[in-house]
Amino acid sequence: MNLFEYVRPASIAEAVAAAGEPGSAYLGAGTNLLDLMKGGVSRPSRLIDLTHLPDLGRIETSPDGSTRIGALVKNSALAHDPDFAKRFPAVAEALLSGASAQLRNAATVGGNLMQRTRCSYFADTASACNRREPGSGCDAIGGENRSHAVLGWSDHCIAVHPSDFCVPLAALGAIVEIEGADGRRKVPLTDFHRLPGDTPEKETVLEAGEMIVAVSLPAEAAAFAGHQRYLKVRERTSYAFALASAAAALRIENGTILEARIALGGVATKPWRSQAAEAVLTGAAPGREAFEKAAEAAFAEARPSGDNAYKIELGKRVVARVLAMAAAGTPERMPALPASPFASETGAKAHV
Amino acid sequence: MSDTIETPSGAMPASRTRFGSNSGQPMTRRDGVLKVTGGATFAADNHPEGMLHAVYAAATISRGRVTSLNVDAARAHPGVVEVLTPANRPPLAIDPDTKPYPFAFRTEVLQDDTVRYAGQPIALVVAETLESATEAARLLSPTYDASPARIDFDTVEPFDPQAVGVGSPPTAEKGDVEAGLAQASHRVDARYETPGQYHNAMEPHAIVATWDGDRLTLDTPNQAIVMSTGSFGAWFGIPAENVTIRSPFLGGGFGSKAIIVGPQILTILAAKMLGRPVKLALRRDQMYGPVGHRGATRQEFRLGVDADGHLTALDHLTTAVTSTFEDFIEPASNASHDLYATPALSSRHKAVRLDIGTPGPMRAPGEASGSAALESAIDEAALVAGLDPLEFRLRNYAETDPASGKPFSAKALRECYAEGAERFGWSKRPLEPRQMRDEAGRLVGWGMGTALFPASMFQANATATLRADGTALVETAGADMGQGAWTALHQIAADGLGLDIGSVEFRSGHSGLPDGGIAGGSGHTATAGNALHAAGTDVIAKLADLATNDENSPLFGAGNVGVEARDGRLYRADDPDRSQSYGEILARAGLAEIEGAGQGGRDPASAEERAMFSHGAVFAEVTIDPDLGQIRVTRLVGAFAAGRIVNPRLATSQLYGGMIWGIGFALHEEAVHDKRSGRIMNANLAEYRVPVNADVPAMDVILVDEHDPHVNPLGIKGVGEIGITGTVGAIANAIWHATGVRFRRFPINIVDLLEGAAAR
Amino acid sequence: MNLSLTLTINGKRREIVLDDPRVTLLDLLRERLDLTGAKKGCDRGQCGACTILVDGRRINSCLALAISYDGAAITTIEGLADGETLHPVQQAFIDHDGFQCGFCTPGQIMSAVGLISEGQSGDDAERVREAMSGNICRCGAYNGITEAVLDARAKISAGKERDAA
Ligand SMILES: Cc1cc2nc3c(=O)[nH]c(=O)nc-3n(C[C@H](O)[C@H](O)[C@H](O)COP(=O)(O)OP(=O)(O)OC[C@H]3O[C@@H](n4cnc5c(N)ncnc54)[C@H](O)[C@@H]3O)c2cc1C
Ligand code: SF4
Ligand code: FES
Ligand code: FES
Repeated sequence: MNLFEYVRPASIAEAVAAAGEPGSAYLGAGTNLLDLMKGGVSRPSRLIDLTHLPDLGRIETSPDGSTRIGALVKNSALAHDPDFAKRFPAVAEALLSGASAQLRNAATVGGNLMQRTRCSYFADTASACNRREPGSGCDAIGGENRSHAVLGWSDHCIAVHPSDFCVPLAALGAIVEIEGADGRRKVPLTDFHRLPGDTPEKETVLEAGEMIVAVSLPAEAAAFAGHQRYLKVRERTSYAFALASAAAALRIENGTILEARIALGGVATKPWRSQAAEAVLTGAAPGREAFEKAAEAAFAEARPSGDNAYKIELGKRVVARVLAMAAAGTPERMPALPASPFASETGAKAHV
Repeated sequence: MSDTIETPSGAMPASRTRFGSNSGQPMTRRDGVLKVTGGATFAADNHPEGMLHAVYAAATISRGRVTSLNVDAARAHPGVVEVLTPANRPPLAIDPDTKPYPFAFRTEVLQDDTVRYAGQPIALVVAETLESATEAARLLSPTYDASPARIDFDTVEPFDPQAVGVGSPPTAEKGDVEAGLAQASHRVDARYETPGQYHNAMEPHAIVATWDGDRLTLDTPNQAIVMSTGSFGAWFGIPAENVTIRSPFLGGGFGSKAIIVGPQILTILAAKMLGRPVKLALRRDQMYGPVGHRGATRQEFRLGVDADGHLTALDHLTTAVTSTFEDFIEPASNASHDLYATPALSSRHKAVRLDIGTPGPMRAPGEASGSAALESAIDEAALVAGLDPLEFRLRNYAETDPASGKPFSAKALRECYAEGAERFGWSKRPLEPRQMRDEAGRLVGWGMGTALFPASMFQANATATLRADGTALVETAGADMGQGAWTALHQIAADGLGLDIGSVEFRSGHSGLPDGGIAGGSGHTATAGNALHAAGTDVIAKLADLATNDENSPLFGAGNVGVEARDGRLYRADDPDRSQSYGEILARAGLAEIEGAGQGGRDPASAEERAMFSHGAVFAEVTIDPDLGQIRVTRLVGAFAAGRIVNPRLATSQLYGGMIWGIGFALHEEAVHDKRSGRIMNANLAEYRVPVNADVPAMDVILVDEHDPHVNPLGIKGVGEIGITGTVGAIANAIWHATGVRFRRFPINIVDLLEGAAAR
Repeated sequence: MNLSLTLTINGKRREIVLDDPRVTLLDLLRERLDLTGAKKGCDRGQCGACTILVDGRRINSCLALAISYDGAAITTIEGLADGETLHPVQQAFIDHDGFQCGFCTPGQIMSAVGLISEGQSGDDAERVREAMSGNICRCGAYNGITEAVLDARAKISAGKERDAA
């Protein structure tokens, strides 16, 4: 890790001012940033420690019914907040399927949104990587890329956005509140992360010095609470990133889907909301046929970026399944294995 | 379990100690309190006065030369004390490209600028703090003259190795395999692949080196403490007795801490140069390079089966990967020598050289990879024979060792099959695949595998000292890597002395003690245990001598009938009312203490006569999401017969551990190299996946009774490695049973399942 | 550059001056404060060996910048027992053989203590397994770990009920 200057601002304004200096980086819990600094991937010369700022650790429901989550709220605190988990169960489930209990206890909401890709070439400073070093090339292309993106990639970068949390946030229309030298602005989460295009190093719409102060979920998102799930396929039962994941939220009345929300994780270069898939479902009867059609629509544009064609088929199945799970209704209690295909009981019970 | 062990003692009739007052009891760990309070000191926990921190820089190319290192930048970093490179590295007493001591592996100690694999140490930075050393090592920013990496099995020519594993012959042949295959009614011809796997003990290799003149003290985890003093000494031209190794606790070894590696030597050298203690702990990513791994294999089988389901021939050819500069050939084909009866058997090995770090022994070397493939192939044979996999294995049960024809010292494998199958409910298994689902519609499959591991022994010495107050001290330089040496060896030693364990002090884990031998090959408890027991019985024999010759002792004249040692007293064998305490006997003899010594090792004559193995049977249930391909091992039952079990609690834990390694082998573990650079792209614990708690929902271990009078005086075999054998095959076979698709490449992962299902 | 911070470590308030901002909580404890109970298995948040409690919650101390935790209360494995009396989780790990080599154990135990106070898993073994999955045990002591957590939780909640009565 390089030497750096440590700055502890007392207010958001101070933080934003301090971060305006080139080479500065915000420090949340550091579970991603310190990891990258240890690997020599990030080398900030100044760390602006946000963790002592007041007022950013609250979960509030506004009079208009929207829920505002401060940027410093811990991932675990959010997932275990009974009121929040009741209104946004898929968000809680996604959070609890990510990382480990220890990491979730530390990780902040702002840091989670801002976490960098887990592309192993990005993490390996001996490899070429446009995201880490603009213009150096992309060694993932033609390399070990089974876990890379099938949606939203470019010839400059094929890396997946790793966050689980962001997936249901994208589905539910979350808004990111940003503070900068010029004041505050709000950006929908689906516009917050950028596609790599030919500037993969520009990962979000944040301008230099801007910070996330909160994420909010609009009041209407709570209407999906009864039919809302997150599903995450991974190579071990827990403590692993998604190979493919999806969040689904449905409003069902009288056997008809009035409104659907679908977003994908683990398959795209940013948290990926699929309005095409949502459109297929609007007005449809919940059932296998509609879900498979929606899954097709979600991946209509998908193309392998390497040895990852399997992700297209897998992703479709994840979408179809998570829709079935959502249609079946949000479970009474968080499953023992959140978001897992093994979330319900396992074991040989029946011979067919 | 309690019985009596006879020990001949010179002219005396047998004096006897009861085995089982301590041994056989499921005692909790003697080092438990230390381990749960943070009091157990691992190597990296040491911090001698004035200590410096070392960090090495590792090559990022797989073949070529280092052309520059920015030593100035590293030196300029605050806190940096020294930078070692090939340009300034002081001389060593031995050539690192020779093999001057037993178990020597060629290693990198900055002898030149050559790079032979990615991850090789190319410079060492020493600094006042860990933070400085770490950053300065990065600032060295090496440049290279790189040659193309040879990392692909298919691009290099195989060769015929001279030896496999640690000095085993590369081939074994019995009968006429071609004839056997020709007369078979069914054939299985199949190729299996296993990837490079890394030990990943939770404790990364670490060393703290402290010099005092020409005496060297090392805090470093080591699986062969006394032997290593000579090996470390050789590098610095000092005798073994000048080297002290303290290794009270190893945070897991699994074979990787038996071998001396370059980073340790460089640390010692730096300490010598700088006249201050130096500590080096490998980073997790550095555990994928200079400290060994399980080499990748390809294994080709040809099996012939007759109409009755008997093997007519078994041919097992392994091609194993080794490095370009050292041979460790995974002896996987050896797994086929000793398990299934067949009139014709051939096991052969070939090897290929790639630009990787040298493989080495890793938990069940040879057997683990070999068993994974063999047990899969046997299942395929059962299928073509139309037999239940257990029935097929029973039909091919070996009554004598298939390779050598020798009788087994003991073999309770039938009992393992029976008890394991019963506990698992195997009889309800449908023969056809894809017949079972759980209530959520997931595929369920059941599979099994046979477990086998040699009951090896090394050489060990121990001493025992009985004190006037009736307590005793026992000593051997054993190594506790988690298997429980602090407890199991202590139990055995107390039995040897006829004392309660509470009255016996046990010293271990230090090179100043008698040589406890090697903690490896699942032979440590047997070897060091027999040595400790013999040391105890030596003391008892001397004590008996004193008492039976003492006119005033109630035991006077008992020489002909013998005495029995129990609870700190000697009893006349024929009259338990006549006894005397150890303390009294010593006091009457005017002695402050009595010393005894013992040795452990295999009796060569019995080794010549018999084949000696632990056996077991593992039954696995897997549950698979049919659409998503995610797999979970939902049940594992293992039944093992491994001679006398010294501590059932600890033995069970060891077997669980081995079986969990089986889960990792079957489903998770694989080093992924970038084919262009040769670098391992998942050299960490997030992407090189090992099982986590949620991967292990339900396990059961059955310890099957087995009395083995031949394996050694105490009848102890090992349980450290056998658990992984059998398990991998059982899981692969269960996956076949769940899906109807046979996967022949490990680990079996989601992509395989999806593609397999598509191909079906 | 001198940076000062105050930590309450195992109940004792300590004023600490750092000469380097890069020091993590783990390296502070291990290399500068002689509290070597917390272990370094990966240094990258991937194994859990470094788990400690910060203000009662379990975190990985290897990915925590020490200076940022100014003012925090920290509990390490060394601070868990009450004199000679082991914490119920420590005792349960011994009773259920929840470890072999012992290297992951301080992290497992601190994680278990954190889990029990989070109160999310109850007496459900599957929830315990999931919640303890951030602590890798290469020796494979998971069975004993799960049993130990269930047992300790039962004892702790029985103790609380007794105290309340
Ligand atoms: C082993 C491991 C496994 C993991 N597994 C998963 C997983 O399965 N699923 C998953 O979703 N995540 C996973 N994670 C990632 C984890 O969720 C993130 O590390 C965490 O959310 C980051 O939060 P933080 O507060 O620690 O951020 P930090 O590390 O402090 O910051 C991350 C980035 O965000 C910036 N930043 C922080 N706060 C703000 C702000 N308020 N405004 C602007 N910029 C800011 C920082 O400058 C930095 O660039 C895993 C991490 C590890 C180490
Ligand atoms: S995929 Fe993106 S992050 Fe990965 S190496 Fe290529 S440019 Fe870098
Ligand atoms: S050392 Fe902190 S998680 Fe591994
Ligand atoms: S006890 Fe050895 S790693 Fe867990």
